[in-house]
Amino acid sequence: MPYILNTLADQHEMLKAIGAGSIAELFEPVPADLRLKRPLAIPAALSELELLDELSSLARRNQSASDRVCFLGAGSYDHFIPSVVDYVASRGEFYTSYTPYQPEASQGNLQAFFEYQTLVTQLTGMDVSNASLYDGGSAATEAVLMSMAATGRHGRVVVAQSVHPEFRKILSTYTAGLDTEVVTVRAPRGGIVPAELASLVNRDTACVLVQHPNFFGCLEEVEAIALIAHEAGALLIVVVDPISLGLLKRPGDYGADIVVAEGQSLGSPMAFGGPYLGMMACREQFVRRMPARIAGQTVDRRGNRCWVLTLQTREQHIRREKATSNICTNQGLLALRASVYLAALGPQGLREVAELCARKAHYAAERLSRLVRLSLPFDRPFFKEFVIRDADGSVEHRLGATESEGIFAGVPLGNWYPELEDCFLVAVTEKRTKRQIDRLADCLARPMTETRDA
Amino acid sequence: MTPDELLFAQTHEWVRLEPGAGGMKVATIGLSAFALEALTDLVHIELPEVGRQLTVGESLGEVESVKAVSDIYSPLEGEVVEVNSDIAQHLERLAADPYGAGWLVKLRITNESGLKSLLDRTAYEKLCAEEA
Amino acid sequence: MRNTQAVRLLFELSKSGRRAVRFPASDVPDVPLDKLLPATALADGPLPLPELAEPDLVRHYANLSTLNMSVDTHFYPLGSCTMKYNPKRNERVASTSAFADLHPYQSQRSLQGILRLLYELGEMLGEISGLDAVSLQPAAGAQGELAALMIAAAYFRDRGERRRTVLVPDTAHGTNPASATMAGFEVLTVRSTSEGQVDMEDLAARLGHQTAVLMITNPNTLGLFERRIREIAELVHGAGALVYLDGANMNAILGIARPGDFGADMMHFNPHKTFSGPHGGGGPGAGPIAVRRMLAPYLPAPIVVRDGDAYRLDYHRPKSIGRVRSFFGNTGVLVRAYCYIRTHGPDGLRRVAENAVLNANYLLSRVKHVLPVPHGDRCMHEFVATAAKLKASTGASAMDVAKRLLDYGFHAPTVYFPLTVRESMMIEPTETESKETLDAFADTLARVTAEPRDLLHEAPHTTPISRPDEVQAARHPVLVWRPAQREAPVHGAATAESAREK
Repeated sequence: MPYILNTLADQHEMLKAIGAGSIAELFEPVPADLRLKRPLAIPAALSELELLDELSSLARRNQSASDRVCFLGAGSYDHFIPSVVDYVASRGEFYTSYTPYQPEASQGNLQAFFEYQTLVTQLTGMDVSNASLYDGGSAATEAVLMSMAATGRHGRVVVAQSVHPEFRKILSTYTAGLDTEVVTVRAPRGGIVPAELASLVNRDTACVLVQHPNFFGCLEEVEAIALIAHEAGALLIVVVDPISLGLLKRPGDYGADIVVAEGQSLGSPMAFGGPYLGMMACREQFVRRMPARIAGQTVDRRGNRCWVLTLQTREQHIRREKATSNICTNQGLLALRASVYLAALGPQGLREVAELCARKAHYAAERLSRLVRLSLPFDRPFFKEFVIRDADGSVEHRLGATESEGIFAGVPLGNWYPELEDCFLVAVTEKRTKRQIDRLADCLARPMTETRDA
Repeated sequence: MTPDELLFAQTHEWVRLEPGAGGMKVATIGLSAFALEALTDLVHIELPEVGRQLTVGESLGEVESVKAVSDIYSPLEGEVVEVNSDIAQHLERLAADPYGAGWLVKLRITNESGLKSLLDRTAYEKLCAEEA
Repeated sequence: MRNTQAVRLLFELSKSGRRAVRFPASDVPDVPLDKLLPATALADGPLPLPELAEPDLVRHYANLSTLNMSVDTHFYPLGSCTMKYNPKRNERVASTSAFADLHPYQSQRSLQGILRLLYELGEMLGEISGLDAVSLQPAAGAQGELAALMIAAAYFRDRGERRRTVLVPDTAHGTNPASATMAGFEVLTVRSTSEGQVDMEDLAARLGHQTAVLMITNPNTLGLFERRIREIAELVHGAGALVYLDGANMNAILGIARPGDFGADMMHFNPHKTFSGPHGGGGPGAGPIAVRRMLAPYLPAPIVVRDGDAYRLDYHRPKSIGRVRSFFGNTGVLVRAYCYIRTHGPDGLRRVAENAVLNANYLLSRVKHVLPVPHGDRCMHEFVATAAKLKASTGASAMDVAKRLLDYGFHAPTVYFPLTVRESMMIEPTETESKETLDAFADTLARVTAEPRDLLHEAPHTTPISRPDEVQAARHPVLVWRPAQREAPVHGAATAESAREK
């Protein structure tokens, strides 16, 4: 038994001290007729050597971003992870530690959370941040719920169609039992039109939820949107790409009330969807409504500066059914990775990476749109992603063909946006080279003869 | 050391009655010393807005210590006419002077029937002795 | 010996001009930025982020890490958290590029390895739970609870039944009522008996046609197996309601009993507890749920399904409640859980439960001589002791004892939970501890409870900090570093009023 220390002799001694004749006796409270009378029908145990072998064999059936050039985005990105991030996150004192409920035994984590919270406010221009939520998608929904509590308005929330479709799906799942109307503003040309938003926002509206850059990679007219929301007394919630903040104006500087983001880009692997990092920051006045753990600074009895979890009365372990949310775990390790990433890059580094993404993405868009069959359907400024329309329309086949040539060319959009079923989304990060982009263009330029595989 | 003219709710709020305009009494409401002691170090308080209508037993706000939250219940039915908005920045006044500077809201009573269920000082002290 | 310089804040260590990471120059044609993006969208100046070089960064974080207790370094008997050893081979597997560098929207053809792993994990969790269908989507136990309650709501809606209430025992973890409220239900509390079991009469009184779900933890948070679980389930089912099992305490019954067999209709697992996922300073976790067949259509989408030798994501689930999070799930955590279960096999998991229960009972047999254990001489994988008598006689509280244990190199047990026991200390050793460690802990507990009250009251004495002022932290929250702040803020009367300072 790999991790158990008890020898037979230990077991005998312990049973004697307990006053039990056997381990089985200790399970006496479990009624006999409820017990499993056979071994679990799962595969037999594996030694480490066998386990690694077995997992290697599974691994060989994956093609990852190390095997194929990755132009996939849509919320998860192949960004560079500096070695120092992996180093810090792999220290056992960080990754095998627990939630800092005993502050004296957790100053490492608590200080790291405080630093993370500060970094997030510096990044976004907002007043306060929490110590993380599960992912950007659920963070967006938590922000909407927060805006309803903060404004006292439960009638309507307005959401842009250009917000990540899965984020919107989460919102509709969470609000299914509520009387709140979720109104979607269309984005037929890659972004929402402020005038159309204005016609949908009323005095019953708790918030306007937009993404900037949006799911299509395009910029929204955020200043105009902020004015519209605030004029109606609604809160503005913006979903941001943290990497974009190396270049773009910060949401705190253009009127956001709550900012959320998917923080995977800040030093965490794509890992087939998780664990990821839900970032949330807000204006000072909303801090008591903000869900999840928050670290605060104080002094100890000797006057030393130190940190504790604070404002815990918002949370489930105290407020129980009246909690701001049911959240228990945060994403401590992911927040740590993001902090190390931001500290390692600094303002210059983040600007550099943002610029590289923007330049390479624009180069790619330009090269692809020059191909006869391909075009850019949206005439809006974009950051590191863009939508490509294939006149032939057979997106799945096209992407399958480029995959056989070693490239993950893009994410098909038809399942989420039926009107865009002849389109796919291409993301270009700082990791993509000009040569890779040129090869992508060459692959896509080739006429499709046979389709090789399903 | 409980001022004699006060009435108390079972949920540990105190009430001081005063005559008000138009013959409707005004009740000043706060939390008793007993309740405040049980809560220990207070960190936050939330109070209602002026104009809010309250019924007997309805939560009018919350008081928080580091590890606990407690509702503050309205002992009477009425309309909030004044709120001690300063107190949130000076929570130490609550424990220091619970029946004076530690007042929380003033209510214009719209229905006096709630007065019947309130306890006088003796009865309240007896209740506290039992709870302790 | 401590490097106090390195653990100053990043913002204090920052020096203009320092940098750890540089990127290569752009290899695409140089176009002015304002031709790519409108000037109005661009920031005016650089971000106010700190500037550090790599050696400083490493020293800062390496030193910070030494300010933590962790499973790798300390015995961590936190009840209800299952702080078992985190196997290194699981880390090795999860961090390989073949798993770490998978994009969630890759073609399914390129994901056959991970899809098979996730499918097999779902099957194994189904077998361990005794239930029929599994979703790996929820990001944490609490999210799993929420998803399951939403499933219950959808199920009853489909049946045309309006059921508004969820019953939760008074010993339940706080996420239970919080999740129920988020799912739109009204929460009713069910009392426990003096033996720490669900009070059958109170349960029967509260059950009705309005009841949707009873949420129950079994073994419960007192570390006791609910002996009458079959009756409980029958009562609940008799009222037309469902039983939800909070699976936080599965470590006690792996391979011994299965929630599906003792009446649960839905449950969540905590892979970061039971299946050794590292706790990461508070996360990430995961919260896979398992449900009985009739509830399967409502599971969040997608689900991994098998077509012969191939695996795919099934999005076509018209009755699904939708999504509780983006992308597939906390795959990294699930890969570790998979490795753990494959490492143990059926015998291994059973031995985990047996040794977890053995260790807890042994520790109980020693601790009960020091602090009373109100609910008897036997337990499952954890037990609750009380410091109430100690407090009454010496004035030392459970918190004081907990803090003093830190000085002796033990992380404290969970204190003040569950709420039904005064001055509670919930102790869960797990199976990955030795008798020597358990003896050392029991000996230390005996020693600590005999120490002078003031020593305990001001403990810990040997940790980097002691008794932070949590009142001040909550009254005047400082949640962000600001340049104007001095390093050790000066205090006036407001903080000195903390009793401990006197």
